[in-house]
Amino acid sequence: MKPNSPIERISNGIIKENPTLVLLLGMCPTLAVTTSGMNGLGMGLTTAVILTMSNMIISMLRNVIPDKVRVPGYIVVVASFVTIVEFLLQAYIPSLYSALGIYIPLIVVNCIILGRAEAYAGKNKVAASIFDGIGMGLGFTLALTIIGVVRELIGAGQIFGVRIMPVSYEPVTIFILAPGAFFVLAFLIAVQNKLKVGSGRPNANGQTCAEEKCASCGHSAVCGGRIFDIGNKTEEEKGA
Amino acid sequence: MTELILIAIGSAFVNNVVLSQFLGLCPFLGVSKKIETAAGMGAAVIFVITLASFMTSLTYRYILVPLNMEYMQTIAFILLIAALVQFVEMFLKKSIPALYASLGVYLPLITTNCAVLGVAIINVQKEYSILEGTVNGLATAVGFTIAIILMAGIREKMEFNDIPKSFQGFPIVLLTAGLMAIAFFGFSGLI
Repeated sequence: MKPNSPIERISNGIIKENPTLVLLLGMCPTLAVTTSGMNGLGMGLTTAVILTMSNMIISMLRNVIPDKVRVPGYIVVVASFVTIVEFLLQAYIPSLYSALGIYIPLIVVNCIILGRAEAYAGKNKVAASIFDGIGMGLGFTLALTIIGVVRELIGAGQIFGVRIMPVSYEPVTIFILAPGAFFVLAFLIAVQNKLKVGSGRPNANGQTCAEEKCASCGHSAVCGGRIFDIGNKTEEEKGA
Repeated sequence: MTELILIAIGSAFVNNVVLSQFLGLCPFLGVSKKIETAAGMGAAVIFVITLASFMTSLTYRYILVPLNMEYMQTIAFILLIAALVQFVEMFLKKSIPALYASLGVYLPLITTNCAVLGVAIINVQKEYSILEGTVNGLATAVGFTIAIILMAGIREKMEFNDIPKSFQGFPIVLLTAGLMAIAFFGFSGLI
């Protein structure tokens, strides 16, 4: 596949660099709103729309925003879209608006959006950035929907509100409470480790920021691999 | 006074910011490998969140509400937090270099910590007064620090364990966090 072509960008976002399951970004909404498949899908699509729009604008402005103030610049663009989308949801899909609650304004600080702005949209052409946003957004949506469906199935015996399990099934309520979110994500990543799908993830053998793996992380601009160590080795450990 | 104590216990233990509200997960999972760095991050978070929740309460009440611009809260808060973090960093560097040396590296990361913006928005939603908002911010940050230090302690011990290959790294940390979340359910009887 040609690099930066629409299809390559979309498949990259969904499979190769899936933001949730491979890059492990945007954990807060991933765990917080996935109490049901519908909520996961809603949150995923909301984020995808904001990500696509902000990628587009940031890519258009990439030669205008001075390098030194680019992060605040990106934040303003993202925050504006979040506010717009928040109003649209409140007006047209009030049920989703109340289910997602405080996590809608918090999309502003979702590492995926800032991460893509920093790693891709700030450096690439507009069309490619739009498709990058769509791909990453769909990848995020897919992961959230899977987690939501699993939690809903085990925790309430339903999928998208439709009863699947027999009446005699006793729902394991803890799966729609906070701990269930951690467990389901842990097992999904473990399964993926087993299948070796996530070959792009920084692994325990010491791929680090320097090897451009955390270029896509929202913190890369300030962290540079010194502080965050999700599966990464720190500088001193590498030296040792 | 009772009101304030209830808010504090509620935010620090019962609705722990990380384990039941999932805010600030990135640093919780990313900076919890050693107790030392976890404590550093915790201290920086306490400092910034307390200050930020005070400032955002102030901004909301005396600027946004009189101007009928409540809908601008997301943009206003995030800019305020970013500016505040930058300012604190410059101030510490100039006047308290010792503190800067221990907290400095964590400060810029806090801008994108969703707990800071989260607390500011919760304060508005629950219609806390400025004092209540500040106490809520402080308690939330203390809850974060407790959780991250506990996690770092567990992860330091876990280094010596024999973990199945697929569960090494992230999955085992998530499982641990899940078990901690169950343990924190125990606090829900407190208030």
